[in-house]
Amino acid sequence: MTRTNPTLTTGAPSIDGSAAVHSAAPGGLVKSVVELDRVVIRLAGDSGDGMQLTGNRFTSETASFGNDLSTLPNFPAEIRAPTGTLPGVSSFQLHFADHDIMTPGDAPDVLVAMNPAALKANLADLPGGGLLIVDSDEFTPRNLAKVGYATNPLEDGSLEGWQTVSVPLTGMTLDALKDSGLGKKEAERSKNMFTLGLLSWMYHRPTEGTIRFLERTFRRKPEIAAANIAAFRAGYNYGETTEAFAVSYEVKPAPMAPGRYRNISGNQALALGLVAAGQRAKLPMFLGAYPITPASDILHELSKHKSFNVRTFQAEDEIAGIASAIGASFGGALGVTTTSGPGVSLKSEAMALAVMTELPLVIVDVQRGGPSTGLPTKTEQSDLLQAMFGRNGEAPIPVIAPRSPGDCFDAAMEACRIALTYRTPVILLSDGYLANGAEPWAIPAVDELPDLTQAVQFATEPNGENGEFLPYLRDEKTLARPWAVPGTAGLQHRIGGLEKADRTGNISYDPANHDFMTRTRQAKVDGIAADLPPTEVDDPDGDARVAVIGWGSTYGPVGAACRRIRRSGRSVAQIHLRHINPMPADLGDILRRYDRVVCPEMNLGQLAMLLRAKYLIDIESHTQVRGLPFRAAELAAVLQDAIDSTHGAPLSVDATGGAE
Amino acid sequence: MTTVELGMPAEGPIADAVAASVATHGPKQTELKAKDLKTDQEVRWCPGCGDYVILNAVQSFLPSLGIAREDMVIVSGIGCSSRFPYYMNTYGMHSIHGRAPAIATGLAASRPDLSVWVVTGDGDALSIGGNHLIHALRRNVNMTILLFNNRIYGLTKGQYSPTSEVGKVTKSTPMGSLDHPFNPVSLALGADATFVGRAMDSDRKGLTEVLRQAAEHQGTSLVEIYQNCNIFNDGAFELLKDPTTGTQWSIPLEHGKPLVFGPGGASCVVRDDFGGLRIAETNQVDESEIVVHDAHRENPAYAFALSRLSSQDLRYTPMGVFRSVQKPTYEAMMAEQLDMARVQAPADLDALLAGNDTWTVESR
Repeated sequence: MTRTNPTLTTGAPSIDGSAAVHSAAPGGLVKSVVELDRVVIRLAGDSGDGMQLTGNRFTSETASFGNDLSTLPNFPAEIRAPTGTLPGVSSFQLHFADHDIMTPGDAPDVLVAMNPAALKANLADLPGGGLLIVDSDEFTPRNLAKVGYATNPLEDGSLEGWQTVSVPLTGMTLDALKDSGLGKKEAERSKNMFTLGLLSWMYHRPTEGTIRFLERTFRRKPEIAAANIAAFRAGYNYGETTEAFAVSYEVKPAPMAPGRYRNISGNQALALGLVAAGQRAKLPMFLGAYPITPASDILHELSKHKSFNVRTFQAEDEIAGIASAIGASFGGALGVTTTSGPGVSLKSEAMALAVMTELPLVIVDVQRGGPSTGLPTKTEQSDLLQAMFGRNGEAPIPVIAPRSPGDCFDAAMEACRIALTYRTPVILLSDGYLANGAEPWAIPAVDELPDLTQAVQFATEPNGENGEFLPYLRDEKTLARPWAVPGTAGLQHRIGGLEKADRTGNISYDPANHDFMTRTRQAKVDGIAADLPPTEVDDPDGDARVAVIGWGSTYGPVGAACRRIRRSGRSVAQIHLRHINPMPADLGDILRRYDRVVCPEMNLGQLAMLLRAKYLIDIESHTQVRGLPFRAAELAAVLQDAIDSTHGAPLSVDATGGAE
Repeated sequence: MTTVELGMPAEGPIADAVAASVATHGPKQTELKAKDLKTDQEVRWCPGCGDYVILNAVQSFLPSLGIAREDMVIVSGIGCSSRFPYYMNTYGMHSIHGRAPAIATGLAASRPDLSVWVVTGDGDALSIGGNHLIHALRRNVNMTILLFNNRIYGLTKGQYSPTSEVGKVTKSTPMGSLDHPFNPVSLALGADATFVGRAMDSDRKGLTEVLRQAAEHQGTSLVEIYQNCNIFNDGAFELLKDPTTGTQWSIPLEHGKPLVFGPGGASCVVRDDFGGLRIAETNQVDESEIVVHDAHRENPAYAFALSRLSSQDLRYTPMGVFRSVQKPTYEAMMAEQLDMARVQAPADLDALLAGNDTWTVESR
């Protein structure tokens, strides 16, 4: 086996083992440290190579070091596509910096390719001159043939445009574990930890967390824990001693507001937000859910927190998931169901039942590529109109969307607040990128979280003039109906999907009553806007004539694009919607202040359609449905065009380049 | 007089609301009369519908359970039978087609202090809601499912149902239906239901007895109630109701009693050569060969064999309790897991939010 290695001068590691190299590391080896303000690393390998785990560990190390970070896991829908093939490639991109950042990065600076398939699938994204690290042991004729390489790219000169370092990662891992007692196949599986060790050395990451993690994860299999730790250390030591890497990199911690932080993914944050809402409302929480990508992790997370009075019910189907949650809500619990787009389709009828019965319910839709089964593991924002209108009849449901992984916590609490206060189903629209992406999160103090007990207040007394209970007599301010739970004497009542008579809740087919009730249900949802804070407009220069409006996970790329625009000397205003139904009361006036409003979305213009219909403003829609988040540079180009074509002579400075 | 014991509502606002109502109304009123369970709503089934008889029987029988009416919840789906909750002065939900068992599961699982009932029909339970029914039965959530079987779609005006016999001529099957019907009892036993019974709408005594056993059963009970639809399927059960033919074709099930039936006890049930059951003439077999009904057999195969004795035209239809066995209930096991989780690690929200790996940024 031959290796291309432009940075190698002397002391190349021998193929059959690194031990000799390690011990022979010349005492006078001088390694330099280069300081960077930001790095984007992409790890790519076979689905079985543990790239997601490696990425998550590198992320945790990076978080505990104090960098700001943002991640983009990208994996196939198949659990194990055939080994070594293009469909089986799984990757994890991490952007970390010494300042605050908003996206996982448009393109990697460093690509780690664990096999030829990973190289082939990802090389086009690595800009020329970027650092490419490959596991040379995997570049066998068989593996090369599997992905259609006629010649070995490590040898045929096709990688000359990049700084290629080929390292026998597999061989060195086996060598490091030769005394571990593990078989070859088992020992090979630790090559991801060897790689993680090498990267940890390269970027000066703290290693204690990973060692603790391995000990914790494999506490019942100490020999596996020991092997992984040994491989991890060997990788680290290899970096320190080999001349293959003469340079290591330092990215200083990012200045962050004082406080305690953790790394958190969107699904984790969302689950914790639901638990916190139950606790702050002092209600038992009931989750009825059916497994579906990419929402299942919320079910997994919540099922671990039974001590918080959380009941998780894995239902027989999506419909039973929401139906059981409605039943639990009727009984006085905080009912929640979690799903993704196809599941929402199945839940539509039950959602309308919750509209009619006016019970609190939170429906979490972690959006993925659609329609139908679509792209289960990829991200998209194409369920917005389904969330708004995907039911029979006039069935208004509040819709809110988180903007970053950590924000999923606050958005979940807000969804519960609205559901409980207004006695209504609420749709929380997350997406695959938020769900699996991660970022540092300032851990909130429990006693500073919203107190939701006022939103609950079960009815305990009859409310009618004649001592009767009127289940559809409304609160004057919120228009919420009373929530009387079974077990409360004297308040027995019947609810259901048939139209209700005002006040009594009895079945009514009266035309005037139906018209009144339909308008009242709409007015209740519209009325939520009165309680929302004013819309925040981010326009630091104060003179922007072009605004960009977004919702959900586009917040990061749009924000990053706005930074580039501003650095180029142009002004732009950023508006980001958390509440999409109802929209904030001041939104129309705000949008009318601008000459042009651009709306980027990962769909074919759904929010733009809503804004145009509601405000009669000529929103400019910019859309993309690639299953991946927007790139900041692309959005910057769109905004630059909009700004320059609005204001006579364009600035010469190009806003699309540069970093966040 | 209480025969059914209910738990206590969980601590917190739910228990507070219940306690507040007790403070206002005094202790729970568990001595009820049938009229206490009636509502002010006009009953709107067709005159002569079997549902009236069932409603009366249920209203007369429920007080004997010693449960306060505010502790009872009746959940229904869609169809004629599913209007039932409106006529009962309890808590109730008339939900959506087929989903009542799923709604009731969420309610019963989170409120073990309630007596939860599902009222459904053959179309609601076995067609659009078939999935929820079998899963409710296998989970054994504590609730009682009353399946009104009239072998027709009534509310949509007379199409064949999943229990209609093959060849049934209806509005949607002018040349006769092609579907082979479900036997609801067989289906429930196939799902390993812990309690399965069958009764006739017009048989007040038999119906009440099956309902009583079903209500006292801890776990999911399914009671199939043959119910006459006098508009679209009149006389569907006449063979069993007619005094002259009824005794000949129905097999009364009583735990511990030999399965002998028919005029003068002329017929009986014996084992066949393949592990199943067959009908025999009593005077042709030895007394020891006659099967003695055992509703408590753990293996559902016996009860299943019983359910297969009847044909589509209802000859040899066992009536009564097929199976009644004890298994832990879903909500009890769920509550145990919650308790266990609290013992292992008491709820500490601050610790949960912080997780395992944190770092602190000091103020500069």
